[in-house]
Amino acid sequence: MANVNTPDKPKKVRKVKGRVEIDIQKCKGCELCTVVCKENTLALSKEINNKGYRYIVSVNDDCTGCINCALVCPDAVIRVYRTKPKKRELIAEISNVSASVSLKIENPLVEDLKNMEYL
Amino acid sequence: MEKDEIRLMKGNEALAEAAIQAKCDAYFGYPITPQSEVLEYLAKEMPKRGGLPLQAESEVAAINMIYGAAGAGGRVMTSSSSPGISLMQEGISYIASAQLPCLLVNVNRGGPGLGTIQPSQGDYFQATKGGGHGDYHLIVLAPASVQEMADFVFLGFELADKYRNPVMILSDGAIGQMMEKVRFPKRDIQKISKPWATTGKSEHRQRNIITSLFIQPEKMEKVNIQLVEKYKKVTENEIRYEEIQTGDAEYLLVAYGLSARICHKTLQLAREKGLKVGLLRPITLYPYPYEVINKIADHLKGILTVELNAGQMVEDVRLAVNGKVPVKYYGRMGGIIPGPDEILENLELLMGIKK
Amino acid sequence: MKEETIINKDNSEENITAQPECMEEEWELVYDRPYTLIDTNMHYCPGCAHSVVHKLISEVIQELGIQDKTIGVAPVGCAVFAYDYLDIDMQEAAHGRATAVATGIKRLLPYRYVFTYQGDGDLAAIGTAETIHSVNRGENFLIVFVNNAVYGMTSGQMAPTTLAGMKTTTSPYGRDVHTMGYPIKIANLICQLPGAFYVTRQAVNTPLNVRKAKKALMNAFKYQQLAKGTCFIEFIGNCPSNWKMTPLEANEFVAKEMLKEFPLGDLKLPSSEDLKFMEVEEGVV
Repeated sequence: MANVNTPDKPKKVRKVKGRVEIDIQKCKGCELCTVVCKENTLALSKEINNKGYRYIVSVNDDCTGCINCALVCPDAVIRVYRTKPKKRELIAEISNVSASVSLKIENPLVEDLKNMEYL
Repeated sequence: MEKDEIRLMKGNEALAEAAIQAKCDAYFGYPITPQSEVLEYLAKEMPKRGGLPLQAESEVAAINMIYGAAGAGGRVMTSSSSPGISLMQEGISYIASAQLPCLLVNVNRGGPGLGTIQPSQGDYFQATKGGGHGDYHLIVLAPASVQEMADFVFLGFELADKYRNPVMILSDGAIGQMMEKVRFPKRDIQKISKPWATTGKSEHRQRNIITSLFIQPEKMEKVNIQLVEKYKKVTENEIRYEEIQTGDAEYLLVAYGLSARICHKTLQLAREKGLKVGLLRPITLYPYPYEVINKIADHLKGILTVELNAGQMVEDVRLAVNGKVPVKYYGRMGGIIPGPDEILENLELLMGIKK
Repeated sequence: MKEETIINKDNSEENITAQPECMEEEWELVYDRPYTLIDTNMHYCPGCAHSVVHKLISEVIQELGIQDKTIGVAPVGCAVFAYDYLDIDMQEAAHGRATAVATGIKRLLPYRYVFTYQGDGDLAAIGTAETIHSVNRGENFLIVFVNNAVYGMTSGQMAPTTLAGMKTTTSPYGRDVHTMGYPIKIANLICQLPGAFYVTRQAVNTPLNVRKAKKALMNAFKYQQLAKGTCFIEFIGNCPSNWKMTPLEANEFVAKEMLKEFPLGDLKLPSSEDLKFMEVEEGVV
């Protein structure tokens, strides 16, 4: 995994990303998901849903699709997506030493989005 | 052509044999005198001929197993005696509310409490007026012979399936234990299909739920109304009784089960004496033959109910005649069985008949 | 893009822009609500373990493809309406009698997957006799026992599994073991019966425990095919409402206090001889 850690910005570049969709009308705001998310992606909104519960929203795009939140969610309101790790051939890697940025040029593959699969 | 099978059997055994011939799927019971023979006979015969007998850990467990198996579409039965039937009341109420078919047998023994193992008819109220909580009824059949013990099993299963209601055979310790000739004609047993049963939700239907819980008042009322209408239909169609020499009777004996057998002889003795006595033997205790008794009362001077209890069915007879004629009761308790002359003496006494 | 106001863990408020949908990437759905869990709001309190266990049971039934072969028995307790949430045939049993009802069903339909779902009062108080005797007979069904140390539905009375010193509405000064008895470890009693095939204690308070719990359920359902005895899974649950805690605090309580009294793990495992022809989930601790 191409990984550039510079003294200024130790952020990892992730190959696999995730995102969540929350059924806010079924969420009861129990907050169990917020403590199991390592990326602090989930937090309680100040708004309320039809039942009067505050609901969970996704607040950043650091989600890794680990499904910890969906596992502990009592009401099964969270749907989790993950990017498919593509088999890509690394053609070139250019790292700019003076700036803290790394570029990867890869051979893009076109793949059909398969049917939704249950875990 | 095959001859009908005729056997000399105990009442309890005849009941059990009839259950096997009626293709009972399962019997869940618990031993209690005077009906343990039912469980024992089935434990011996069912494994050979079909059906599943299971001795449960208590009557409470037995009635709930009945609930489960009946809900899953089975033809099931259980039997017990008075104290055990008391234990089953919660389960019976649930079965009636969930509208499940099953056959219950109460081999009535003396009570209340642990009582005695001698016969009694003290569970009349429990069987016909409720027993368990809530507005429901059991269809109650009262056999008066070993033959009827067997026949009513077939009838009971049919009625249970027809109305989706529990049916009770209210027998007693004497009929359960006595031995008589029983005829088992060849029968063709047809079981009806039960699309409401919990057999596994296929994709072709919604899931089936067997429950007696209806928390919304509107739903609960609807269910209760359904039950009331069902019992109306049962009352219109299923009353059964036997009338003996009631056409010209001036005095009527009303008795069921064991006491009816004794009243047969009393009737004979009375007629020999010149007394115009008739006998009405209700076969279904619920639904009760109120109208018939009311009609006969038009030409009666008095009615005597003969029961082995402190006076239970007499109330129904009073309801039936609605004040038209005096209704008295005579009975013995504790398992003591009165003789026919004793009954005749008391008939004369209570009705004020001069010798 | 949507503007939202959120509440951070330190209770400060923050305005954020909710994550935009990325349409360029190829997304794979890796977790979705099972279709065997009926698409409706469940009446359980926020954070309740019952909802999690319902979800896991639905997932297992879906993954094994046995929706048309499974019959459940609901208890009297908070889960009395389980049949409104699980899309399978179900029966509602009298209080404590679910194992007797399940016996009736399984004996009549031995090739169906039958399970009971019971709480502490149902299984370990009024239903103790039925529980022990069903396992003693080795009935080939699964007993799911959700233990949260109180009577939830009736508003928080003491249960047979209430911890020593725990305050409930009927033990307002804390459970005094000398007058009120000790918390009963029913799984430990059950595992001693020869009719028990698989007895385990699981929890659902952390993602790891949820994964293990699901594996336990998966195995238990598969073991029914062997017809070698009763499977018994005790889930250590919570009751935020009657414990007077938030869901987060309740799960902390589970981790710290409940699991001390009721340690997790397998109490009885089938032998490898029994499982010769069966594939099971690895990694059940």
